[in-house]
Amino acid sequence: MTEEDTGQKPGWLNRLTSGLRRTSSALNQSLGELFSGARKLDRATLDELEELLIATDIGVSTAAQLTRTLAEGRFDQEITGDEVRAALAAQIAEILSPVAEPLAINPSHRPHTVLVCGVNGSGKTTTVGKLAQLYRDQGLSVMLAAADTFRAAAVEQLRIWGERTGAPVVARETGADAAGLVFDAIEEARRQNADLLLIDTAGRLQNKTELMDELKKVIRVAKKLDETAPQSTLLVLDATVGQNAHSQVETFRDMVDVTGLVVTKLDGSAKAGVVVALAERFGLPVHAIGVGEQADDLRPFDATSFARALVDLGPEEAG
Amino acid sequence: MFDGLTSRFDDIFERLKRRGALNESDVDEAMREVRVALLEADVALPVVKEFIEKVTEAAVGAEVLRSVTPGQMVVKIVHDRLVDMLGPEEAGLDLAVQPPAALLMVGLQGSGKTTTCAKIASRLIDRERKKVLLAALDVARPAAAQQLATLGEQVGTRVVQPVLGEQPVGIAKRAMDVGRREGFDVVILDTAGRLAIDDELMAEAAAIRDQVMPVETLLVADALSGQDAVTTARTFNERVGLTGIVLTRVDGDSRGGAALSMRSVTGCPIKLMGVGEKLDELETFQADRIAGRILGMGDVVGLVEKAQETVDTEKAEKVAKRALKGQFTLEDLGDQLAQVRKMGDLQGIMGMLPGVGKMKKQMDAANVDDKTIAHQHAIIQSMTPKERSNPKLLNAKRRKRIAAGSGTSVQEVNRLLKQYQQMAGMMKKMGKMGKKGLAGGLPPGALPPGMMPPPGFK
Repeated sequence: MTEEDTGQKPGWLNRLTSGLRRTSSALNQSLGELFSGARKLDRATLDELEELLIATDIGVSTAAQLTRTLAEGRFDQEITGDEVRAALAAQIAEILSPVAEPLAINPSHRPHTVLVCGVNGSGKTTTVGKLAQLYRDQGLSVMLAAADTFRAAAVEQLRIWGERTGAPVVARETGADAAGLVFDAIEEARRQNADLLLIDTAGRLQNKTELMDELKKVIRVAKKLDETAPQSTLLVLDATVGQNAHSQVETFRDMVDVTGLVVTKLDGSAKAGVVVALAERFGLPVHAIGVGEQADDLRPFDATSFARALVDLGPEEAG
Repeated sequence: MFDGLTSRFDDIFERLKRRGALNESDVDEAMREVRVALLEADVALPVVKEFIEKVTEAAVGAEVLRSVTPGQMVVKIVHDRLVDMLGPEEAGLDLAVQPPAALLMVGLQGSGKTTTCAKIASRLIDRERKKVLLAALDVARPAAAQQLATLGEQVGTRVVQPVLGEQPVGIAKRAMDVGRREGFDVVILDTAGRLAIDDELMAEAAAIRDQVMPVETLLVADALSGQDAVTTARTFNERVGLTGIVLTRVDGDSRGGAALSMRSVTGCPIKLMGVGEKLDELETFQADRIAGRILGMGDVVGLVEKAQETVDTEKAEKVAKRALKGQFTLEDLGDQLAQVRKMGDLQGIMGMLPGVGKMKKQMDAANVDDKTIAHQHAIIQSMTPKERSNPKLLNAKRRKRIAAGSGTSVQEVNRLLKQYQQMAGMMKKMGKMGKKGLAGGLPPGALPPGMMPPPGFK
């Protein structure tokens, strides 16, 4: 699980960790204060640890569960801060490793269609742009569909990403029917023999029934051309989101069969600990994380790195 | 997970209600639950601690011990403290300066700054007849300036756009010049989204502030935010200096605990809240509404407003009157179901109601969901008007026809008829009791006129 990334560009792990490192500095500071030297792992220490985990948005029950497991066999023993961090990281990595799974594209679909959805402002359009760059770099022919026909200038934003990444964009005017546009885009992608079609959709809050229905319609219409489309449906989650992520994942999964998650804005100070709880509860693959605004600021999601960075440990030493 | 807060509070206070008086350990026990509940509502940990301290102080004491119903008293104390901390008084925008008044909008990426700029412009133009200029200072995100230009067109106001290579401070200066020269009352400056930890961009925001001397510097923050909201708010306040907060996506189903966190660490009032995607969907912040939501007491005001928008009031009142007289027909039930469906997602509606944590569980157990309602509505629509007004006509043959017509089964038709009879009976009883409130546990007036609990409720 840890060494599967040897094929990546050198140094990406360090870049990921430097992005994530900042996210966990709050936890680190407090852990440092909590453990200057060794300390007894008693009730009070565990309570404090639990609170530090809660501050990462991991959720009350997951935090309690992690500290409970940590205490097993160690309760009332002396323990150092590094030992605590390593033990927590190992536990978290164990939860996350089953979901660390890159997005697999099968170009034989011609196109493999990826529907990108999420609440407003989560970073869908930017993620589509970054995905385009990623798969263009891998030598696939990529096409973009601007199915966010609601937000002002969303189409222009995607067009700019299309120019940056050299991917043609299928678009209509703002206010057009999103499902109709997706139908056209799939036809166009077929005509041009594209390997991959990335569909950017309008942001929608998961409790808005009409907007969720609209998204369902997009999928229904896509299926008219290709029974297996969309081959992937990604939910984009903002790292700053709190416990509402549960509601987002649950609703989008139930409504549009989400196949995987992308977590954005991990270059900020938000910790996205909720990803751990989501992995446990839903088991949906986490395909990638966004760590910046540039086209290549998309990283594969690596369980160990994420877990270690969450409790502020550097990347694992080789071996 | 999501309704944890509602049911937790229901449980705590039910327990408290059963006791004659409160002692310290009662309060402590309740507060442990309150802590978890608030954390699950995304209130930041330090803020939770501060809150619990304050409430405990207020709750353990003569006031409560002497009260007749201690549980209610605690609910009230918790709620009042929450409203208190959120800022009880409505805070408007302060525009009392020599025009043009500069409004500087800052926030994280994707928090909704650009949309909020247009919404505030629209509000100031429509309600206060101000002449508003918008300025696009976001040169980082592709097409951000264009987005503001389009929105400016929609609200009918001018937008200062960056020229090629122009830096945000320069655009801000130019916008203020235009504002002064052409007699604008207000200039709203839309900045690029930035991370609180990005020193360079925070310094830029401070430079823009020094250039325009804004009368208001508003942090636009997402109601869906988690624990990190405190870091964001505190850093923006320290680096740029805030005068207020605009909470966006309040129309989502988050508990909105971030509002409490941000208000608490900055001391800045939450001035406005975004409640929809349309440009007029911006409201003055109401603390008690958000407090109710954080506490799971339901957003009653929101529900009533939603109901008013969708429910045909006249018709509903007629039905309610007839129902209380015991003349509740299947036709009426059909109308009820249609209106429930029109209001949207049932779970969403239930989430807005006070004290429905339990009821929601019952509903889940009874499998009352949106589909059930749709099926029941279809069954009633498959009946003839005669059948609807006189259910006695419904013999086996007719029931079979209705089941076929509605794409359901005879069993489902039977179930609906049984529920209808129970409801009709219940309403007759209620009519006799007078308007004591529906569904037992709900306070009177909690349901807007014409909204009856869907079948299957006890």
